[in-house]
Amino acid sequence: MPESDSPCANDQPLLAMKGVSKSFPGVRALENVDLTLYPGEVLALLGENGAGKSTLIKILGGVHTPDCGTIQIRGETVEMENPLTAQRAGVGIIYQEFNLVPTLSARENIFLGQEGSIFSWIASKQEKQKAEALFDRIGTQVDPDQLCQNLTVAQQQIVEIAKALALNARIVVMDEPSAALTPREVEGLYEIVDELRSQGIGIIYISHRLDEIDRLADRIMILRDGEHVGTRRSADLDRDQMIEMMVGRSLKNEFPEREIQVGEERLVVAGLSRGRAVQDVSFSVRRGEIVGLAGLVGAGRTETVRLLFGADKIEAGTVTLDGRKLVPKSPRQMIANGICLLTEDRKNQGLVLGLSVQENFGLPNMDDFAPAGFISKKSETAAFAKFVNQMTIRLTGGSQLTATLSGGNQQKLVLAKWLQRNAEVIIFDEPTRGIDVGAKYEIYLLLNELAAQGKAIIMISSELPEILGMSDRIVVMREGRVAASLVNEGITQEDVMKLATGSEATIAG
Amino acid sequence: MKSRLLRALLIDYGMVFVLLFLCALISLLTIADIHPEDPRAGRRLAQLMVKKYGKEINVLVVARKIDADREFASALEQELTDLGATVVGTELGDPRTVRKRMEQLGAESMQVDLVATHNFSSKWSIFSGEMLEELASNHPTLENIKVVRPPSYRWPTFLTRQNLISILNQNAPVAIMAIGMTLVIITAGIDLSVGSLMALAAVVSAVCIQEFLGAAQASGFSVMLAFLIAMLVCALCGVFAGVMITAFKVPPFVATLGLMMVARGASYILAGGADALKIEAESIGVLYSTSILGIPSQIVIMVLLFITAHVVMSHTSFGRYVYAVGGNQTAARLSGVPVVAVIIAVYAICGLSAGLAGALDASHFGTGRPKAGEFYELQVIAAVVVGGTSLMGGEGKMFGTFVGALILGVIQNGLNMAGIDSYRQMVIYGALILVAVLVDQLKKKVINPAATG
Repeated sequence: MPESDSPCANDQPLLAMKGVSKSFPGVRALENVDLTLYPGEVLALLGENGAGKSTLIKILGGVHTPDCGTIQIRGETVEMENPLTAQRAGVGIIYQEFNLVPTLSARENIFLGQEGSIFSWIASKQEKQKAEALFDRIGTQVDPDQLCQNLTVAQQQIVEIAKALALNARIVVMDEPSAALTPREVEGLYEIVDELRSQGIGIIYISHRLDEIDRLADRIMILRDGEHVGTRRSADLDRDQMIEMMVGRSLKNEFPEREIQVGEERLVVAGLSRGRAVQDVSFSVRRGEIVGLAGLVGAGRTETVRLLFGADKIEAGTVTLDGRKLVPKSPRQMIANGICLLTEDRKNQGLVLGLSVQENFGLPNMDDFAPAGFISKKSETAAFAKFVNQMTIRLTGGSQLTATLSGGNQQKLVLAKWLQRNAEVIIFDEPTRGIDVGAKYEIYLLLNELAAQGKAIIMISSELPEILGMSDRIVVMREGRVAASLVNEGITQEDVMKLATGSEATIAG
Repeated sequence: MKSRLLRALLIDYGMVFVLLFLCALISLLTIADIHPEDPRAGRRLAQLMVKKYGKEINVLVVARKIDADREFASALEQELTDLGATVVGTELGDPRTVRKRMEQLGAESMQVDLVATHNFSSKWSIFSGEMLEELASNHPTLENIKVVRPPSYRWPTFLTRQNLISILNQNAPVAIMAIGMTLVIITAGIDLSVGSLMALAAVVSAVCIQEFLGAAQASGFSVMLAFLIAMLVCALCGVFAGVMITAFKVPPFVATLGLMMVARGASYILAGGADALKIEAESIGVLYSTSILGIPSQIVIMVLLFITAHVVMSHTSFGRYVYAVGGNQTAARLSGVPVVAVIIAVYAICGLSAGLAGALDASHFGTGRPKAGEFYELQVIAAVVVGGTSLMGGEGKMFGTFVGALILGVIQNGLNMAGIDSYRQMVIYGALILVAVLVDQLKKKVINPAATG
């Protein structure tokens, strides 16, 4: 195409989606949305959960067919019939859930589907060189022969990007790319994005982290309830305005204030151990207290709370709740004792997507709704309706399939099913991951309310502002051990970071 | 709203339409002259006779010496007597005894105007014109004898009470095992051992009765006890499979494949290598041969079990747990579902249902057959899959399985009636299963594209 070679390529949009609408049964996901992307720019796509970002991206990727609207790539109208046509048109999408085969190497994953016919000879050496060239372009090397299951999340992401580039993608879409990365890895990601931009690739970047949007975006496009609220130059928008456009109202403070009376010790964890992941971890949580578990990804925070919850077998250590000594054996036992865990991975660990929303809600509460084995649908429905109203969960009804719920509403559903249990100790693992600003605030309010009721709360978070903004005490973990336990007074992000990384700051990339 | 209703109907009950369609098709293909032989036909015949020939008639009632005919004859006789006609005799037997009886009546100079019988016996050669003439020439009182039978009518032979009951009865063992299999498949498992466990149950019942419970002297209670023991053995086999699967992470396919071979071999060993282990107890039929309101007990048991299973699956915490374990085992466990217990229970129930099928088999044949239920595991799985249960786990309905079992039964019955040989039947049967599952997949795609995307 001549335009792309000409110096004034910027006048010709790389991608123009016009008047795109899409409805699902009972839900209007997108209404007349326009999107324009120019070569060599980063377009940030902002919006609350359920605003329609994922749907828009899936339409671009050929996963969904729009009800109406057109897609033009470099001026030519393209019918995105399936993911393959999107690939051929130069669209590379890196979804939150990677599409990598864990048992194949990085190189094999990059060239998967490009081997030619079913029985063609694979020139491994050439492939390896090509893979290294691609990594050069990205600016970070990954061992091409390493199996993907042995790679870190950040490395897997790089493999995904290389895979897109190998297919000559001119448009790269990244859906929440930083969500699972450590702060240092996030820096690396920014450099990769800068590098790709300088090569004239158009990038659509979806994120909830406003700071990285400040850092990366040239333009910002905002969706709300499936409608296109506006697209602005990022220089013309400050954070408050972004939030206002996203939620349709202004949020004064990111973290709500609270005044809480911290009482006696409720939960005492002593000497918890399992292999190298968790070594001799001890801490305690008092009545009405929120304890933040900080640390890098892989520091053993999730593993610790899983032990505490009975999800994994403990090798040593004790858990004491209100003076009762417990030996965690199974989640069922710990739930019965008043401990519950809201997992980070809602789709795979928090909910059974094939069940209806109400069935998921009732699942941990069978002792309430089915004391003799027979489920009282009446009391279940009543209890569920209460939470749906209270938490404004958007559904078509209690029998709606959980898989069809948007991410934020799924998170609310997980919350509802555990709140119904009225547990004494509530463990939140990355409660706001992948959640938009408005919903985040609601979750913070809820955490405070639970603490005010005298519960003991543990919160794992990789976002330091959240740890500092919400916790009464901070337990910093490093390499499976407790590095420090701090009262949250006058502590800075740098203090926590130093403890989490150790003085030498040796983190594998 | 209307389209949503239609969608729900198609998704949840699509297979019911398939079943109805098949029934209608086979009915059309099997329309034929029906010659009724039931008591109602007997009463109707009596009424017609009196209407046509008046009350002053002497009637000889003739039928075969079988239970159904006895009922037919006694209803006929009763109705004739009630209407004021004279029944000179009832002969239940074969052409020879009937001829003897007629000659005897002739010898006694008893006037006989009509022989009332049904279509089958009316075709006997003694009722042919020549034979009757010959009879009349020897015995004047038999001179004007006429043979009458209930009127026939055109009706699908498929759609008779007798045929429908026999379809249900023949497929009851598979359907009963399909209940357990549905549970297993909903948890994303599979149980290949059901056919072998059925044989094991039959043989264990036989051994128990013959060796420990008094053989020929065994009472009905003892026989039931033997059946219970056999079912318990099968349930324990299921528990064993469940433990292998949960504690040792053996894939269900492999665990139950092993169990399948062990149980089949054990059945032959227990039977001492014989094809069938004779059960001498008179009361062995206690489970199979009783009927309730004219419906064989096997069918009643099957229907009751399906209703129970449906209630358990839709209204109890156990049912919810089964769906949850199949849909997402990790999420279920972290939600406090006792995953291990649920999986073991599911295989135990599946074993139990196979045990019941085996007990019914022993009660039916009066022997413990080590080759009972061969390849039944595949039929059972087919019934569950045709009934719309996903092999991926997490979804499926008892009602669907019931319909699935009926569809397979109806197809087999239809093919039999159409006179198709068993090899061709197998091909058609297999192809139809594939089509059924294909249609199910397409239907999901067409009706709910978002769910598959």
